[in-house]
Amino acid sequence: MNDMTPISKLTIKDWESDQEVRWCPGCGDYAILKAVQRTMVDLEADPAKTVFVSGIGCSSRFPYYMASYGFHTIHGRAPAFATGIKVANPELDVWLVTGDGDGMSIGGNHTMHLIRRNLNCQIMLFNNEIYGLTKGQYSPTSRVGTSSPSTPGGSVDRPMLPCAFALGAGARFVARGFDVSKNLPEVLKAAHAHHGAAFIEIFQNCIVYNKDVFEDFAAPKGAEDRQLWLKNGEPMLFGNAKTGDTKGIALDAEKLTLKVVDVVDGDWRAAGVIVHEVTNRSIAHMLVEMPFGAFPMALGVIYDDPRPTYEDSVHQQDAKLIAGKQANLAKLLAKGQTWTVSGTAADPV
Amino acid sequence: MATILAEDEDIAASHAPQPDAVVVRFAGDSGDGMQLTGGQFTLSTALSGNDLATFPDFPAEIRAPQGTLFGVSAFQINFGSTAIDTAGDQPDVLVAMNPAALKTNVDALKPGGLIIADTGEFTKRNLEKAKYAASPIDDDSLAKWQVLAFDISALTLEAVKPFGLGNKEALRCKNMWTLGLALWMFDRERGPLIQWLKDKFAKNPVLADANIAALNAGHAYGETAEIGGHIKQQHLDPVPSAPGLYRTVTGAEAISYGLVAGAQLAGLKMFFGGYPITPASAILHNLVKLKEFGVTTFQAEDEIAAICSAIGASYAGQLGVTSSSGPGIALKGEAMGLAVMTELPLVIVNSQRGGPSTGLPTKTEQSDLYQAVYGRNGDTPLPVVAACSPSDAYECAIEAVRIAVQFMTPVMLLTDGYIANAAEPWLVPDPADHAPFPVTFLEDMNGPDGVLPYKRDAKGVRPWIKPGTPGLMHRIGGIEKAVDTGNLDYSPETHQLQTDARKEKVDGVAASIPPQEVCLGQSGGKLAVVGWGSTYGPIHQAVSRSRAKGLDVSHIHVRHIWPLPSNLGALLHSYDRVLVPEMNTGQFKTVLRDQYLVDAQPLNKVSGQPFTIAELEAAVATYFDGAPGNAGGDEVPADDTQLPSIKGVNP
Repeated sequence: MNDMTPISKLTIKDWESDQEVRWCPGCGDYAILKAVQRTMVDLEADPAKTVFVSGIGCSSRFPYYMASYGFHTIHGRAPAFATGIKVANPELDVWLVTGDGDGMSIGGNHTMHLIRRNLNCQIMLFNNEIYGLTKGQYSPTSRVGTSSPSTPGGSVDRPMLPCAFALGAGARFVARGFDVSKNLPEVLKAAHAHHGAAFIEIFQNCIVYNKDVFEDFAAPKGAEDRQLWLKNGEPMLFGNAKTGDTKGIALDAEKLTLKVVDVVDGDWRAAGVIVHEVTNRSIAHMLVEMPFGAFPMALGVIYDDPRPTYEDSVHQQDAKLIAGKQANLAKLLAKGQTWTVSGTAADPV
Repeated sequence: MATILAEDEDIAASHAPQPDAVVVRFAGDSGDGMQLTGGQFTLSTALSGNDLATFPDFPAEIRAPQGTLFGVSAFQINFGSTAIDTAGDQPDVLVAMNPAALKTNVDALKPGGLIIADTGEFTKRNLEKAKYAASPIDDDSLAKWQVLAFDISALTLEAVKPFGLGNKEALRCKNMWTLGLALWMFDRERGPLIQWLKDKFAKNPVLADANIAALNAGHAYGETAEIGGHIKQQHLDPVPSAPGLYRTVTGAEAISYGLVAGAQLAGLKMFFGGYPITPASAILHNLVKLKEFGVTTFQAEDEIAAICSAIGASYAGQLGVTSSSGPGIALKGEAMGLAVMTELPLVIVNSQRGGPSTGLPTKTEQSDLYQAVYGRNGDTPLPVVAACSPSDAYECAIEAVRIAVQFMTPVMLLTDGYIANAAEPWLVPDPADHAPFPVTFLEDMNGPDGVLPYKRDAKGVRPWIKPGTPGLMHRIGGIEKAVDTGNLDYSPETHQLQTDARKEKVDGVAASIPPQEVCLGQSGGKLAVVGWGSTYGPIHQAVSRSRAKGLDVSHIHVRHIWPLPSNLGALLHSYDRVLVPEMNTGQFKTVLRDQYLVDAQPLNKVSGQPFTIAELEAAVATYFDGAPGNAGGDEVPADDTQLPSIKGVNP
């Protein structure tokens, strides 16, 4: 990047570092990298004030490929580093890059607490439902029966739902997208606009160890039936409007669950289709738990309702505590009950 | 100990028997307020101008079941009109608030020493809990001591009657009654304590008045000679000390102040990431009160997050500090490796306790030296500094900060449970006495084609670059990196070069530290007793007493554990023998042998209790069998030739 280029004139090229990208050819990470670089350009972000922080894993190599500041840390702990960075300098725009193993397994505790505290940052969880860098072991998001080097007979433990985990930890922003989706930059921009911890689960295709595991909803063919792209203030509709085969998500008031309803002649109100309110926490819980198959995959901004951030609260409280106080070290050291020695006698002060 | 004036020959070393120093131990149930009683007695002792050293010894349980042996909490103070270096070997006075306190502490009491016991607590039930078949006060089992037993509980209830407290609340004033008696015994002023009680109970004046009444009643009890000749009032003259302003300080306080002072000298804000752990939490509790000094504190979700957040803050341009005790330090190991690899400044405070695993959470030990010097994966050198007393912890914290920012490296500061909790008089330092060491951040491109985050200066130190600095964007991480650019590079040549560079940089710290001094005695001679950390006091006294007997023995106390002072090897080789007393199984001894091929001999103790002066004196004596003036030690080497001289090993 030429330093003289004004921020508003930066292009995707300016956000690419001089490092050779070392992901497998065809990896979903390439598409995510492009989407993030596109997002940075659209946001007119300042590379000098942007920090990408990652843990360990394929996804965590991400910072090396962005022409901003970057810190590739240790396995699972990126949220803790991000906390120190952001609290030390709230001016920095902090992006976390993590994976399902890094963020949900070894670093699950830190992810939980980062979200709970509501540190103002973006958390991009690249979920490929597998350990890639260690050559293909099953992960905490792998489906039951996943055959891997560590589970040749198929995994038996149930996967966790990252977005449900995030909401459970108190997240105020939860969104979903997938690697090759053209909507990904919009989702990332919404996350960036949210003041607080913004959790984004990005389904990512590991072409070597878990190829096409998201094809059932991510494939372009039939996507309209399998993807529910949520938009604030708009009805939750999916299906093919052209063929008149429109469906919607409604509330089953008796069972207190969601249900899929047919929309006849475009009258979604008559069908009881819910209008998406990004501040509705109850519906958010239902949307992230919606079982794929019987339901489409909920994508886009699922929940967005800001609360005061951790670093703002810390600095506001500290400012109050120290108001009017002088940082006088000599006085501090001589505080409390003291006595002076002059010759041999001691006199209380 | 802060009051030591000059070289050993000038000190009236407290040779036993010691008429000018007294050791008092307060022991009671962990709910009896013994630590508070001891703390307040310490303060009035300090105010009266005596030198002092304390040893708080309390159980791991917060409120262990009442009256039990394992629930006993004790506080020992050694004070006098001479320089005091240790909390004292054997108490002269034991205050036992219940049978369990008597049982667990009486064996330490000096023969002929005084027991003050509260008979109100010597009930059948409490005697059973303390595993006494019959009351020791009534039989002759305490015959070798003086016993002063009376019903402190009843006397306290009587004294606080006018205030209408409930029975339980009224009995809580027992510790103040006892303190009042102790203050009378040693001719102490009650004024500062009465003021302290008024401040403490400002919101509840009735409690303040009740406690003051109990204090006065205890004092009057002594004065009106109701105790009948058993004890005499003693007056200990103030110790001659360097003139100046004094206060008492604990190690945890001194470390907190030292860290703040270090950050000021470096011109940095401080970020402290910590997680609750005994005995390190006190540092966090102290730092939260110092926010006006640019301190941000963060109670993390675990030990790992605590250090990682601190490294994150260092990366962002603040002084990152974390603190813990052995088990927590173990969890932080991987992150220390990252700080070494990314070459970011960081201070890690380890308040050592008995290990391994949970070990002895509230007892003291020095067994994390290997962990500090060697305990990480890979070749991961980092400087280690060890404090030897509460007041020394202030200087050591400043030194740790200096090394961290001047060498872009994590630094481990070793202290222990004894130093953290113990108090001593402190000649209040003037912050202006330290030369500032301001940090310079890189602001401009340092390479022809861009920023070189790993370009080393003459000392092998890379620049510190704050994210947010325009034009200097770069990436760092834990993977091996190319020279200068820091780009990923794990080629064989690069790893060799960078491993060597990291080692040389840390070795180079030795050039910035003062040469090792002999703190008592002279360089060269028959025996050097080499210590580090909190064994300073007992070693110093033992060497001082041995020298008074005419033995050729010197005391060397090492602050810079890694890298070691450049002259230490030659210095050790100038003695015939080297003895290394440690509260572990011989860790520093092994380091010294490895570094200098000296025949350092171990003297080890891992009972959770500090060394006594007598133990060390006896150990020193074994090296001088038959020497004039040597009374002889407990253990005498069977054959002198079995202890080859160092000079013989490595001339």
